[in-house]
Amino acid sequence: MPFFDPGDDPGSSFPELLRRIGLTPVVTGDRGSVDVPHATTCVALRFADGVVMAGDRRATSGNLISHRSMEKVVQADSHSGVAIAGAAGPAMEMIRLFQLQLEHYEKVEGSLLSLEGKANQLSMMVRGNLPAAMQGLVVVPLFAGYDLRRQQGRLWAYDVTGGRYEEREYIATGSGSLHASTVIKVGFRSDMSRDDAINLAARSLWEAADADSATGGPDALRGIYPIVATVTADGWQPIGDDELATRFEAIASEVRAR
Amino acid sequence: MSQPFYVAPEQVMKDRADYARKGIARGRALIGIRYTEGIAIVAENPSETLRKVSEIYDRIAFAGVGRYNEFDQLRVAGIRAADLKGYQYSRDDVDARSLANQFAQILGNIFTHEMKPLEVEILVAEVGSEPAGDQMFHILYDGTVMDQRNTAVLGGDAETIGTRLREGFEEGMDLAGVVRLGAQALGGPEREIPITELEVAVLSRGNGRRCFQRVDDAAVTALMA
Repeated sequence: MPFFDPGDDPGSSFPELLRRIGLTPVVTGDRGSVDVPHATTCVALRFADGVVMAGDRRATSGNLISHRSMEKVVQADSHSGVAIAGAAGPAMEMIRLFQLQLEHYEKVEGSLLSLEGKANQLSMMVRGNLPAAMQGLVVVPLFAGYDLRRQQGRLWAYDVTGGRYEEREYIATGSGSLHASTVIKVGFRSDMSRDDAINLAARSLWEAADADSATGGPDALRGIYPIVATVTADGWQPIGDDELATRFEAIASEVRAR
Repeated sequence: MSQPFYVAPEQVMKDRADYARKGIARGRALIGIRYTEGIAIVAENPSETLRKVSEIYDRIAFAGVGRYNEFDQLRVAGIRAADLKGYQYSRDDVDARSLANQFAQILGNIFTHEMKPLEVEILVAEVGSEPAGDQMFHILYDGTVMDQRNTAVLGGDAETIGTRLREGFEEGMDLAGVVRLGAQALGGPEREIPITELEVAVLSRGNGRRCFQRVDDAAVTALMA
């Protein structure tokens, strides 16, 4: 059981605790690069009651599909979610550590971190990954959640150096983000309903999958659909596969008719 | 140079134990009790912000009586140990028994090696996926671990409160029943503890991954009605 002197206490930071007991990730040499599976397109947008987050399920290694059912959009805590594009291994590890840190803080301090505080925490984790990013292990997350203090949905995009940018309308990351964000940009209205926002997010992933080979579309054959979730004052709510199947079927028939 | 007086080890240990027991007896008591959905912890605590009961992990809660700064330090150490173990292995590998043993090591070490023992008693409770898996560990200031099944009492006047609690306890009580019984046992026949001075929390099987939940004053009022 880790015990520290008052002046030497790591406080409520879990990553700092890991460093203290010598469990830091190994930083590799300063040259060379490695090829690893990559996770792709994720989007998030604001609507009247909060935010919608969505991400496809594909991971690719070069021109091969390495994984068909990856979950890149995950719940971070009760009122926020994180979506990740980039090198799959470090990305999933970062998500895991981020989720743990939010829970660790909540338990040690006895209160929730503010949404801004969570966004800042993620920024520091991305910055910590910079040496790995220089070798090709780039991780670029999105963070979105419902701010219980301000009573509104908020979104943050990041860059490789940990730069943190709050956006007002929508954000996208990953290889298909250009197509996805164009679709959202054209269809975005402020104060959209939940239904319209989910449809727009689904449509953006459909178009990204249509034009970007690294982005996976809805896979009706295997029953694998993109992950879509909303975060509102009531918390994180994932959309079920049955509902997504209906929504993507509607998009498909619309595309067929045109 | 003057020679220090010889003091028999028995005397040293007895003095330390008396010191710790006196400190603990000054504080107000706390109980842990099983009910149909899991384990309820009821504490007499006039403070709304300085908690005696808190969450350690998905299915594990911590409660302490005695000196606040001392059991709070143990609480944080427990959260760290649990989160580290869950991170290194799996969430399923974190259990109350191993945490209780680690707490006992720390308390025992401080009791024998430091000038002053910790003036605390702690409770580590774990809710099982079935009622048979519910566990409570009561750990004393000197590192003694006691495994308790249905009820546990920590703090001042524990013996009397424990007798009242055991007399009222029966298998298959619901939450309202155990909270009422707990409050009565803590207060005794002459005294009724105001609801604002009760701190109630549960580890409930029905709460999803994180079983720990605080029961606020409004909910306690409803349960006691």
